Amino acid sequence: MPITSEPVEVNIGPQHPSTHGVFRMVAKIDGERIVDVKMVVGYLHRSMEKLAEERTFTQNIPFTDRMDYLSSMISNLGYCLSAEKLAGVEVPERAQYLRVIFSELQRIASHLMATGTFINDCGAWQTPVMYCLRDREKVLDLFEMTCGARLTTNYMRIGGVAFDIPDEFLPALDRLVNDDLPGRFEEYDNLLVGNEIIMMRARDVGVVTPELAINASLSGPMLRSAGIAWDIRKADPYCVYDRMKFDLPVGYNGDAYDRMLIRIEEMKQSMRIIRQAMHDLPGGPHKTDVPLALRPPAGEAYSRVESPKGELGFYVVSDGGPAPYRWHVRAPSLINLSVLKEMTVGQTIADAIVTLGSIDINVGEVDR
Amino acid sequence: MPHAATLTLPGAQVAERIRAALPGALRDVQDAFVVLEPASALEAMRVVRDDPVLDGKFLVQLCSVDMITRIDVVYHVSSLAQNHIFELKVPADHERPEVPSVSPLWVGAWLQEREVYDLMGVTFTGHPSLTRLFLWDQFPGHPLRKDFMSLPGGQKSGLSQFPKQVPGQSGQEFRPKQPGTGA
Repeated sequence: MPITSEPVEVNIGPQHPSTHGVFRMVAKIDGERIVDVKMVVGYLHRSMEKLAEERTFTQNIPFTDRMDYLSSMISNLGYCLSAEKLAGVEVPERAQYLRVIFSELQRIASHLMATGTFINDCGAWQTPVMYCLRDREKVLDLFEMTCGARLTTNYMRIGGVAFDIPDEFLPALDRLVNDDLPGRFEEYDNLLVGNEIIMMRARDVGVVTPELAINASLSGPMLRSAGIAWDIRKADPYCVYDRMKFDLPVGYNGDAYDRMLIRIEEMKQSMRIIRQAMHDLPGGPHKTDVPLALRPPAGEAYSRVESPKGELGFYVVSDGGPAPYRWHVRAPSLINLSVLKEMTVGQTIADAIVTLGSIDINVGEVDR
Repeated sequence: MPHAATLTLPGAQVAERIRAALPGALRDVQDAFVVLEPASALEAMRVVRDDPVLDGKFLVQLCSVDMITRIDVVYHVSSLAQNHIFELKVPADHERPEVPSVSPLWVGAWLQEREVYDLMGVTFTGHPSLTRLFLWDQFPGHPLRKDFMSLPGGQKSGLSQFPKQVPGQSGQEFRPKQPGTGA
């Protein structure tokens, strides 16, 4: 009797450590190989876009914290930029520099989390992620020092930032980016980048071609791993990024390993930006006076920032009232998932886990 | 030569290129965006993508706005090579919104179109798998519409206003009917 096989459906998630939140992947497998993938999202849908239509522009800032809760500073900033663009608010120079410093600190924190959990997915259970969390903790301490919160910071305001930095902030930041972190990144280089096991595990896994990357609107490390030097900080500079000198790491193969390398290199570039911003930080006010019930003129604005996950855009339509008429978020985590099927079909399940880890999704942002 | 900072193309410039290739595809031209005829929107989008000047290879985002009398589907398209961005809108009928899907042109559109279908109820013709993305299949209505909470009978917001199948079992009726399908 001939042995026949038929495809089996395997549920990965919603409650699974490798899905980074409540994300469900239904993989149809034939033997070891995946033949089809269906993604199911929406477990964390909080209808923020609808809720935002009933709240004032300022009241909407905390929503952005809870979207991508690993990079809340940058989400705050993206939304505030769109409201400022709509209302024509000028932001003082000190606030612009503070925004850059906190954005880059947040990028380091988010990329550390991404790298750590990615290596978790590769099978190095818990040790590297604890190293990464140890350093992320120091960044979160700085956030706590400034705005009292570690995760949902709610720090940016329309027209500036909520509080000026305390006196002990700059010395602590100096210690972090000049003494603590450079040594840590040497450790990461030794432990992770040249690690043969990670190379074997992550190379040629989850490959995206440059054509597909552009056609599928990918952004962030996903797009750059495919060899396309595209970063909103360079291409469409906001705040004072046009005055900062930094390099854009770009991959060659578009695989999971390249994405990890890009994240590690981006953290080093972020430290470079922070050093320049610290050096140039001007005095002056940290916020302009903007009415709490801001009423921007009727119109629409699309503004975008480079979040650790990719291009985070806010499309805001105003009808002249105190609340946005429509508030849409271009969530990079969701759009980067568009190619999940193309990336995983033909791989084994173990490689699909690595692929998903290398996309670095945040389900809070996927579902909003 | 790419621009140093992203250039927002005025609607007139985009309209000129579309008009040259596809006369009759435009409904309106504004300063910031152009409005396309829904019937020929897919062909116009193909022009936008393949035109050497517009070079809209990168669909930045796709979303929808309820304008009470109509529903606008909003596309931001960008060129990474030349570093510019422009905006297109396709209006759809408010009662039976139907817009051609751009998933055949841009792979990145299929999830966003599912999102718009889910939350705004716009049907994208030609979409490979148009199902709800976030909410379950039995969810009543499309929440991002402005009339979502103003259901007949002057009902107010809150779960009590949804039609109940089994009165008295508050909350139970919103569970997915087929657990395991994710729908």
